[in-house]
Amino acid sequence: MIRAGLIALLLWPALARAEGPGRVLSVGGGVTEIVYALGEEARLVGRDTTSTFPPAAAALPDVGYMRQLSPEGMLSVAPDLILLSAGAGPAETLETLGAAGVAMVTIPEGITPQAVTEKVAAVAAALGVSEKGAELNARLAAEMAAAQAAVAAEPGPAPKVLFILGNSGGRLTGAGAGTAAQAMIDLAGGENAITGFSGYKALTDEAIAAAAPDVLLVMDRGDGGASEGATEADYLAHPALAATPAGRAGAIVRMPGMFLLGFGPRTPEAITALHRALFAKAR
Amino acid sequence: MSAAPLAAPKPAPAHRLPAGAVAVGLLALLLAAAGLSLSLGASGLAPWEPLLRPLSPVEAAILYDIRLPRLLLGALVGAGLAVSGALMQGLFRNPLADPGLVGVGAGAGLGAVIAIVLGGALPVAIRAATGIYLVPLFAFAGGWAAVVVLYRVASLRGQTSIATMLLAGIVLGALAGALTGILIFLADDAQLRDLTFWGLGSLAGANWLKLTAAGPILLAGLALSVPLARGLDAMALGEAVARHMGVPVERVKRGAILAVAAMTGAAVAVSGGIGFLGIVVPHILRLAVGPGHRLLLPLSALFGAALLIGADTAARLVVAPAELPIGILMALIGAPVFLWILLARRAVLEL
Repeated sequence: MIRAGLIALLLWPALARAEGPGRVLSVGGGVTEIVYALGEEARLVGRDTTSTFPPAAAALPDVGYMRQLSPEGMLSVAPDLILLSAGAGPAETLETLGAAGVAMVTIPEGITPQAVTEKVAAVAAALGVSEKGAELNARLAAEMAAAQAAVAAEPGPAPKVLFILGNSGGRLTGAGAGTAAQAMIDLAGGENAITGFSGYKALTDEAIAAAAPDVLLVMDRGDGGASEGATEADYLAHPALAATPAGRAGAIVRMPGMFLLGFGPRTPEAITALHRALFAKAR
Repeated sequence: MSAAPLAAPKPAPAHRLPAGAVAVGLLALLLAAAGLSLSLGASGLAPWEPLLRPLSPVEAAILYDIRLPRLLLGALVGAGLAVSGALMQGLFRNPLADPGLVGVGAGAGLGAVIAIVLGGALPVAIRAATGIYLVPLFAFAGGWAAVVVLYRVASLRGQTSIATMLLAGIVLGALAGALTGILIFLADDAQLRDLTFWGLGSLAGANWLKLTAAGPILLAGLALSVPLARGLDAMALGEAVARHMGVPVERVKRGAILAVAAMTGAAVAVSGGIGFLGIVVPHILRLAVGPGHRLLLPLSALFGAALLIGADTAARLVVAPAELPIGILMALIGAPVFLWILLARRAVLEL
């Protein structure tokens, strides 16, 4: 067993070459996360600005923001394959890269557990490691089932959750239908306190009062530093928020944005964490 | 703002440089910038390497399909924006005028925003015909639409009032801004990010197709500006005086507006929002060679091209392999330089 492992390790570089492209540029935080989750990070030669997890990814050359890519920067890391999150662009850049003969694969995006499975399968297939993808998907399916079972077993009523994307100058941006935030709130057994619009929109004080959330869900950039923006006290000091049940009880849940909204390999974990946090705060 | 525009900068013979030397200097600057632009990039490939060894297909693509069209497009956009600025300042007899003043930029911006936000709702036939060039096409159409409206409003019985045009331009700009605001409100997250980056300007999408589409329009605008120089010089003394001198004032105005619309529309369409060039370049040149348009217009083209190519080269090197939006870099470099010039020579400029 150990010997087999050692042989596999020694043969690894050769196997990797035989299996698929050796130099991979990953564009999109979710796609990069999946490459790491598949254990294929040794092939990565570059990433985009949104690829911040796992922290080791930061050591790779950054070819820029995924919606504003430049062709030469991407070609400069000499990729055999570019993995693109859906939404990467601009289209002219992708066209130029295509004309230069670089292989590109676009990985679909989505905000359902099914979409996570599809993303993993697409990345694994592009890397030529479909079996590893199937293994990862089997593990994720088990984790997802466990997370959903825990949510289903929750006795209490669903807490009303207000997700706040940003707090610029006291103007709060909430998440309506069709957003990753609402999808996560639903999966974690909560109920989106905002109804009646889709996408992320600025909230009026009246809308906040009418939403009457039991819990506030805010993003934590996860670096613990200056970029964290508003503190919990800032949210609680907001007059409209302070008057809601969540504001009165000080019920705030913070989670790293990519962890919460990424719909990647950490999503089952995120659902469990969010579920626990929501129900703990709502009580 | 009054109907009689602010005075043109007074001639400043004391510090003027010989025009020939300035022209040669700018030409050298342009060639140097072009050389650097072809030689420098994230991939560290030099333009003479094809002479020494065969290039791989990717290397060939970097040189001939990425750097070369980008260099040419940058030169034309830079020249177009700088000459547009010089034309507007001449036309309005106001050293602060720029194409933004008559709403061309706002119109082009609105066109781009419509394409980004509502593009998905357009008839399939339009989307299929334009493909990925929907945004530049709409930007160009928006700029033109603004000029057509502007011209209709400002023209009465064959006479074009510069003052009315200015007011109409401001109103159009405000209207386009408001409509843009509505669309921004309707936009989703991804579209908002596209809008933001589009507004910051970039030449990263340059390719041969964009060059062949926008290049002729920019060249036509530049060609159209050449014969306007004498008329603009005469109009600096006032329209009545110019008319007495035999200058076809109406034709000069119409020509200038057409040229600005063509060049600004095409430039905004292919590169997004690149500000600053139109104001700074003519100013610096006026200090160097004086306000005469026969020198100012061609030298603005040379200087604008050199400056934009240089800034674009810097934009793709500073944070390589990523690149900065060029609009940011333009203002970051240009604004302090301009401020320094103002401080050093404000007595001459007499703003």
